[in-house]
Amino acid sequence: MLPALGGCARRGADAPLRFWAMGREGEVLDELLAPLRREQPALQLRVEKLPWSAAHEKLLTAFAGDATPDIAQLGNTWIAELAALNALEPLQPWVDAAGLRAQDHFDAIWRTNQVDGVLYGLPWYIDTRLLFYRTDLFARAGVGRMPDDWAGFVRALDALQASGVAHPLLLPLPEFEPLLALALQQDEPLLRDGNRFGNFRGAGFRRALSFYLERFARGHAPYLTGNQIANLWQEFGRGTFAAFISGPWNIGELDRRLPAAQRSAWSTAPLPGPNGPGASSAGGASLVIFRRAARKAEAMRVLTFLSRPEVQLRFHALTGDLPSNRATWAMAPLAGDRRASAFAQQLERAKPPPAVPEWERIAQEMQLFATRAQRYRTPVDEVAAALDARVDGFLEKRRWMLAKAR
Amino acid sequence: MSTFGRPGGTDMTRRLAAWIFVAPALAVIGLFFVVPVAMGFALSFTDFDLYALADLANLRFAGLANYVQVLTLPLFWKSLGNTLYFVLVGVPLSISLSLGCAVLLQSPLARFKPFVRTALFAPVVTTLVAVAVIWRYLFHVRYGLLNEWLGAFGIAPIDWLGDPHWAMPSIILFSAWKGFGANMIIFIAALQAIPADLYEAARIDGASRWQQFRHVTVPMLGPTLFLVSVLTMAGYFQLFAEPYVMTQGGPLESTVSVLYLMYEEGFRWWNLGRASAVAFLLFVLMIVATRGLLHFARRTEEAPR
Repeated sequence: MLPALGGCARRGADAPLRFWAMGREGEVLDELLAPLRREQPALQLRVEKLPWSAAHEKLLTAFAGDATPDIAQLGNTWIAELAALNALEPLQPWVDAAGLRAQDHFDAIWRTNQVDGVLYGLPWYIDTRLLFYRTDLFARAGVGRMPDDWAGFVRALDALQASGVAHPLLLPLPEFEPLLALALQQDEPLLRDGNRFGNFRGAGFRRALSFYLERFARGHAPYLTGNQIANLWQEFGRGTFAAFISGPWNIGELDRRLPAAQRSAWSTAPLPGPNGPGASSAGGASLVIFRRAARKAEAMRVLTFLSRPEVQLRFHALTGDLPSNRATWAMAPLAGDRRASAFAQQLERAKPPPAVPEWERIAQEMQLFATRAQRYRTPVDEVAAALDARVDGFLEKRRWMLAKAR
Repeated sequence: MSTFGRPGGTDMTRRLAAWIFVAPALAVIGLFFVVPVAMGFALSFTDFDLYALADLANLRFAGLANYVQVLTLPLFWKSLGNTLYFVLVGVPLSISLSLGCAVLLQSPLARFKPFVRTALFAPVVTTLVAVAVIWRYLFHVRYGLLNEWLGAFGIAPIDWLGDPHWAMPSIILFSAWKGFGANMIIFIAALQAIPADLYEAARIDGASRWQQFRHVTVPMLGPTLFLVSVLTMAGYFQLFAEPYVMTQGGPLESTVSVLYLMYEEGFRWWNLGRASAVAFLLFVLMIVATRGLLHFARRTEEAPR
């Protein structure tokens, strides 16, 4: 944008590669990279840690200030945004040259790294949402195994209520992920016409929203704000609720936080779908190379190293994150981990949310409308129409951009 | 000024010298205030966003579209309502707290004055984010201290930060606690400047304590009261950090303030054009409110007591 100013920010060709990583992953990265440093002593690499809460702003500011790192860990939903900024290096040629193959990764996750068919990220760890449930409470209610369709799931919730769990399913109202997973289970896409307009008036989303709201109306889910659940794990251990929808990190959290007697009293299961096993959202984090990186070949060597199965296994041991490389899943201890394997099953059916830069905002707005509908008992059709109007507004610039490009 | 101007210097050179002396300050103000404000104003007539950040060719002149969109956005009016609620309840509450504490501390009966003064002033110098986190515990619906006290009187627990009706009062309570100490110090200084013989005269005339307060203290504090009101109001209009830390604008947008809306539009969703429009609307609103207060103060001053 401002080449004159960019000149002074640019570092010398022998400066170390900068690698931005967030949260827990950032903390373990140096340890994870130690073998690579031994293999290639010439490699100059500096890991810079960011908190997740500030990461998004930092990335955009870095782009505006021509100070992007060479490599970064990126939440999958941000890829479309940074690709729209033209900040990311297209990776397909690099991936081909390094001998990495798409089929070694989960398909839905791989697709979250593509924007309009162009690959911008290499999957690092994966995330999808499924059910965590108390096996003992389900068994007490006479539900032997988790049903795989909505009708069976509702019967199970009824049985749990009858057995004394007043509100068996926790659906936290500030989080959009559970509703998004239900919406992705439908056949219709959430955006239509090449992601130009919202499709929330479609039968699919209305069905998902009705199912979601009905859980509150029938008392299956408690009406709770974020403040009322002080400690998710503790309340889950107490049996305040018997199931919740969440991501892989909770395997480790529950292992750590539940008392020893309850270690085997819970498990994970793929989400039930409208008619048989259901889909869920494909997410996680990927590794990207920035377009302005000085030594891309070297950066690619770091990415290739981090996607090796044995390195991914070590990464799993250090963080509990679920690896994106399928080969890792055939190795112990992941191969025998039945709680983790539910995630692998779910991932085979996962779907990526629409890859548009506006997606994060659309998802937040969807949840806001759902929360309002829950509170004010607004009819679903009315909510869907109002949501579509909002979303079409968000996508106006995108439509203009696409029309201009044609 | 007279020591500075040489007797022989012309008016012209003296003025020039004055300009040279203020030039550094003016340059700093120009560079860091006037230029950004002008740029922000220009930005508010464009649709500067993520796409424009990528390539300036994607920038469109939007005319008044941003202003129209903001003014027709229900959330803007809601945030304006929330902000006015915060100002109209929060400012009087905060000022009466400050004044009340200042008067009590001035009383000859008060003990351990320096200690109490410091204790009441302490919240002002604490970090807002840190104390906001602590107050979130106090407000907690199940384990909070506040609900435990209410429970002792048999009052059912209130979901302070989670209920749309209670979230704003909770934030007002917190802000008043956090900020009243600063104004209290100003009031204490002003109270000490009131001559004691005025009270003596009032006492001789048989004025009660309340009458002394009403007819001596309040009129003598007039200018201070006005200053404090304007400053507090300007600060309260810029409500941001409290909802940002404690509620993130929720529940159900009941604590979204105008500034919070601007932050979300600008730095979360990167619609800098629309965010600038929100900023200038807030600016106009604050000018109007301050002018109104000034007008009110003048009228009461002119009116016969």
